[in-house]
Amino acid sequence: MKRRLTFAAQSLLVLAGLLLVWQCAVWMGAPPYMLPAPPAVGAAVVERFGSLVRSLWLTAEAAALGLLGSIIVGVAIALAFAQWRGLRRLLYPYTILLQTVPIVAVAPLILMWTGNGLLPVALVAFIICLPPIIANTTQGLISVEENFLHLFLMHEAKPAQVLFRLRLPHALPHLFTGIRIAAGIAVIGAITGELFAGASRVGEGGLGYSILYASGQLETDYLFALVLAATVLGFTFFFVTMFLEWYFLHHWHESNRSDMPD
Amino acid sequence: MSADIVISQVSKQFRGGALALQDVSLQVEDGDFVSLLGPSGCGKSTLLKMIAGLTLPSSGTIAVDGILPANARQLMSFIFQDPTLLPWRTVEENVGLGLELGGMAAAPRKAKVEEMLELVGLTAARTRYPRQLSGGMKMRVSIARALASRPSILLLDEPFAALDEMTRDRLNDELLRLYAERQQTMVFVTHSVAEAVFLSRRIVILAPHPGRVAHIVTNDLPWPRPAGIRLSAEFDAQAAYVSRLLRGVHAEAPSL
Repeated sequence: MKRRLTFAAQSLLVLAGLLLVWQCAVWMGAPPYMLPAPPAVGAAVVERFGSLVRSLWLTAEAAALGLLGSIIVGVAIALAFAQWRGLRRLLYPYTILLQTVPIVAVAPLILMWTGNGLLPVALVAFIICLPPIIANTTQGLISVEENFLHLFLMHEAKPAQVLFRLRLPHALPHLFTGIRIAAGIAVIGAITGELFAGASRVGEGGLGYSILYASGQLETDYLFALVLAATVLGFTFFFVTMFLEWYFLHHWHESNRSDMPD
Repeated sequence: MSADIVISQVSKQFRGGALALQDVSLQVEDGDFVSLLGPSGCGKSTLLKMIAGLTLPSSGTIAVDGILPANARQLMSFIFQDPTLLPWRTVEENVGLGLELGGMAAAPRKAKVEEMLELVGLTAARTRYPRQLSGGMKMRVSIARALASRPSILLLDEPFAALDEMTRDRLNDELLRLYAERQQTMVFVTHSVAEAVFLSRRIVILAPHPGRVAHIVTNDLPWPRPAGIRLSAEFDAQAAYVSRLLRGVHAEAPSL
C-alpha cells in the first residue's frame, strides 16, 4: 500500500513538472494562440463545459457503437474462420489488408457514400476496430491444444459443441486482448470520422468536428480542452475494457488471477 | 473367449517415414488390466491412441467390441497424461463435461457428478477452478470425468507420469480400488516397472525402433493388492523379472 502511494505521488510529481515546463514556455513569451497557459485551458474547460461534454458524448456514442459492432461482427467472422479452414485461407489475408488501409484516407469515402450523422462516424470506428478483433479471436479459436480436441472427440461432441464449449471459451482471453486494442483505436476512429463528417448543426458536433472548428477559429485554449477530453475518453474506454476483462476472466485465467492456489 | 479389444498385425508409419509400430498383435479381454510398458519411442502411446480411434493404423486392423474404434467411443474413456481440464469450468462442471456433451439432462447429471466426486474424494473442492488444484487433485478430476460416462474400457496414457512419487502411489491405490469395484477393461500406458507390476494382470513389454511387442508377461502377483504389497518379496521378484526383460529390450535395440 505504501509503495503504491509513493508510486502515485511520483506520477503526480511528473505531471506537475510537465505543467511547470508548459507554464514556463508561456512565461518565456509563447503567444496564447499557439500555446495557452494551463490556467487558460482550465478556464476554457469550465466556461464551455456544456458543449465540451456534448461533444464528448457524441464521440463516445459513435466510438462505442463502432466498437460494439466490431465485436459482434468480428467474433462472428472469427467463428466462421475457425469452423471452415478453406474460408479462413481465402479471406484472412484481406482482414490483414484491411488493417493496413489508412483510415484517414478511407473516412472521406465512407462519409461520401453514407452521408453525415452518427452512423457513418460509427462505421469508421467499426472498420478500424474490426481487424484486431478478428485476428485475435481467430488466433484463440484455432490454438486449442490437440488433447482437448481429442477429449471432445472421445465424448462424441458435435462440431457446434466443439466450437461453442471449447474453442470460444478458450478464445475469450484472446478476444479481450483484441477488444483492448480496439477500444483504444475506436475513439481515434470516431474522431477521424468526425473530422470529415461535419456537424448535424453549426457548432454542434463530436470532438473531431469541434477540434477542426476550434483550430479554424484559433480558439487554442478550447482546442487544448478538446484534446484533454479526447484523452479522457480514450482512457475511459480502456479502463472499462480492462474491468470487463477482469470481471469475465479473473476466476479462471492465469493473467487475471486474484488469489493464489492453496 | 470374448475379447474386448483385438489388435491384428497393426503397423503405423508416420508421415515423416518413421516406423512407429510394426506388426503388433494383441488381444485384451473383458475386465483385463493390461499395461503397455516400454522405453520412449516404442510406440505405446501411439498404440493407445489407435485403440481410441484418435490415430489410424497404416496397416492391420483394430476392433473394439467387434467394431471400428471410431464407432465404439461410447464404450471408452481416455485419460491423458495432462489432466486436460477446461480452466474456465469448475471441478464439478469438468466432471460433468462428457455427460453434458452426450445430452444428459441437468438433474440426473448433477446426481452423477455428485457420485463421481465422492468416488474420487473431491466433494469439498467441487466449486474450485483447476488452477486452484494440486497436480494430484487435477488428475482425480480427470479420472472422475472419464468414469462418469460409465465406460467399459478405460484407456490411460501415462496418467501419473508428471506427478511426484507419493501422489502417484496414492493414485495407483485408488485406481486399483476403482478397478476392483467396477471391473472395467483397463489399458494403461507407462514407463514405470513398479506401476505396471502393481496394477496389471498382464504386462505387454514393447521394444523400440520400430515399436513391436517383445514380451507379454502374465503378472501373477496375487489379488487383492493392498498398498503394502509394494514392500513384499514377491512384488520385488516380479518387478526384478519385468525389469530384466525390459533391459533386454533396451539392449537389443539398435543404438541411436
